[in-house]
Amino acid sequence: MTEKCACEPAEVLLFPCSGGSNCGRIADRAAAELHSAGRGRLFCLAGLGGHVKGLIESAKAAKVLVAIDGCPLACARKTLEHAEFVPDVHLVVSDLGIEKRSGHLEYTAEELDPCCNRLEQELAARVALTAKPSP
Amino acid sequence: MKKVQVLGTGCPKCQQTAANAKEAAQAAGVQIELEKVEKPADIAKFGVMFTPALAIDGEVKVAGRIPTVDEIKVWLAS
Repeated sequence: MTEKCACEPAEVLLFPCSGGSNCGRIADRAAAELHSAGRGRLFCLAGLGGHVKGLIESAKAAKVLVAIDGCPLACARKTLEHAEFVPDVHLVVSDLGIEKRSGHLEYTAEELDPCCNRLEQELAARVALTAKPSP
Repeated sequence: MKKVQVLGTGCPKCQQTAANAKEAAQAAGVQIELEKVEKPADIAKFGVMFTPALAIDGEVKVAGRIPTVDEIKVWLAS
């Protein structure tokens, strides 16, 4: 059996905040949707915050780092910065017109779907602008 | 004796990484034990998502690209 080679690093890594609010859950779900759609790869934000060396070195191999935060507290972006990364793209769910409800994890498809669409559009536009040339 | 582990499923990039490690060790005069870690489940234990990767004495030094001989020499010396 031929094992799949992991020698082609993902172009785009997605780091949602996954916080404890409806917006945090939407950020997490939207990142998973983007992952499933092949727009990027969902990555381990906690691993970077925890300074897990293998994950940090893997993240260095990506071309575009995307922080997806639920709200302006920007915990995902700040966690990346704590690990000495600067996200190329930073998206905030509450900027898309969703009111943050702390401690309330429920959200509707009517809230999630426009966010996924908007994130996908912004991601495509910004990735095109921020993509680094291949070495 | 330093333990150098090359992480990857065995493609040419992994083989080049192993060759660079051998060359670096020889140039630096450092004795190494070279191990190839090829099973994805074993690679994942290092937290490595992209290969080739290289670890020295259990610490991942690089992932997702072939390290140069000079880079590995520095890591072996530290």
